[in-house]
Amino acid sequence: MDRLEQEIRDTSKGMTPIVKTITRFAIGIIVIFGAYIILYGHLTPGGGFAGGVILASSYVLLTLAFGKDMALSKMGNTAASILDNSGALAFVVIGLLGFTGGYFFYNFLPKGEQFQLFSAGFIPLLNIAIGVKVTASLFAIFMALSIFGRFIYQAAEGEERESEE
Amino acid sequence: MEIVLLFLLAFMIIGSIIAIETKNLLSSVISVGVVGFNLSIIFLMLGAPDIAITQVVVEILILVVLIRATITTDNTSIEGPRDTFPFVSSLIFFGLFLMFAFFAVQEIPKFGEPIMKVSKEYLRTGPEKTGAANVVTAILLDFRAYDTLGEATVLFTSIIGAFVILRRKGRKGKAEVDEEKFGILEDEDIKQNFEGF
Repeated sequence: MDRLEQEIRDTSKGMTPIVKTITRFAIGIIVIFGAYIILYGHLTPGGGFAGGVILASSYVLLTLAFGKDMALSKMGNTAASILDNSGALAFVVIGLLGFTGGYFFYNFLPKGEQFQLFSAGFIPLLNIAIGVKVTASLFAIFMALSIFGRFIYQAAEGEERESEE
Repeated sequence: MEIVLLFLLAFMIIGSIIAIETKNLLSSVISVGVVGFNLSIIFLMLGAPDIAITQVVVEILILVVLIRATITTDNTSIEGPRDTFPFVSSLIFFGLFLMFAFFAVQEIPKFGEPIMKVSKEYLRTGPEKTGAANVVTAILLDFRAYDTLGEATVLFTSIIGAFVILRRKGRKGKAEVDEEKFGILEDEDIKQNFEGF
């Protein structure tokens, strides 16, 4: 808790303490909403892609409010790569497991009772795989793009400083 | 309802024209956002909440990324006259597209005819065959799982491509340890590589 308080008071990184405090309360709700959209994708509107984008945007909010160090400590670039790849791999593996029942993408799990959380065979599993993949890849792209932009900005600032000198 | 739809469509067209014509990059990005959010409202009105959710969420993320990308560059306005070569070549390609589209459109079946032939089948058999209450997800991940696999592959490939392009240095020989973290730059790196930029 102390470390987080320090992080919030620290004005050198990220935005103002007001934004950081609000982010601290909002981020849990955003993550829960994203997980709900993914897990209930076969029952209510939504699915792996939409929920994954919501989860990715929670990381984006963390980056914008607290600066890149905080976000990278939650999900580093290596972790993002691994999650991205494992999501894609899980999708294909679930598809290949369909060969146990006959053909590619055969719904091999029991269907269950309709309108229950554990129903619809492998559809929730595919949703989770896509959600993990989209979360990791979109966040990695955001990091790559935004920090690349910062680089250009700092280079331009340096030029100005040099010309002043 | 149709009047509201037409109003929203007109608003979208105005937004896209402003996005092209304005000189300021930031207002251009916000005008692009106008188009996306209007589109999500239209999806909601037409009874497609799945696509509306995806549209609004992606729009927010893309808007944040674009604003972040435009604000952090110093050069936020476009100056100088338009190049003639891209303009003329895009006109030529548009003309070619229209010519081929003229022949192609005559071959495809008329709009809404046969009405809901495939989707009727999905709606009838979807819930019992897949057990999913949400028919859209049932189609996306069961009947048309191949399409979703292709979609995931496209996303995967584009992310790999973006990583490769945005990384500052190419891969070195195996003897040299490549500690580069995909375009994530530390402050010392910026100082070191400032001249090379």
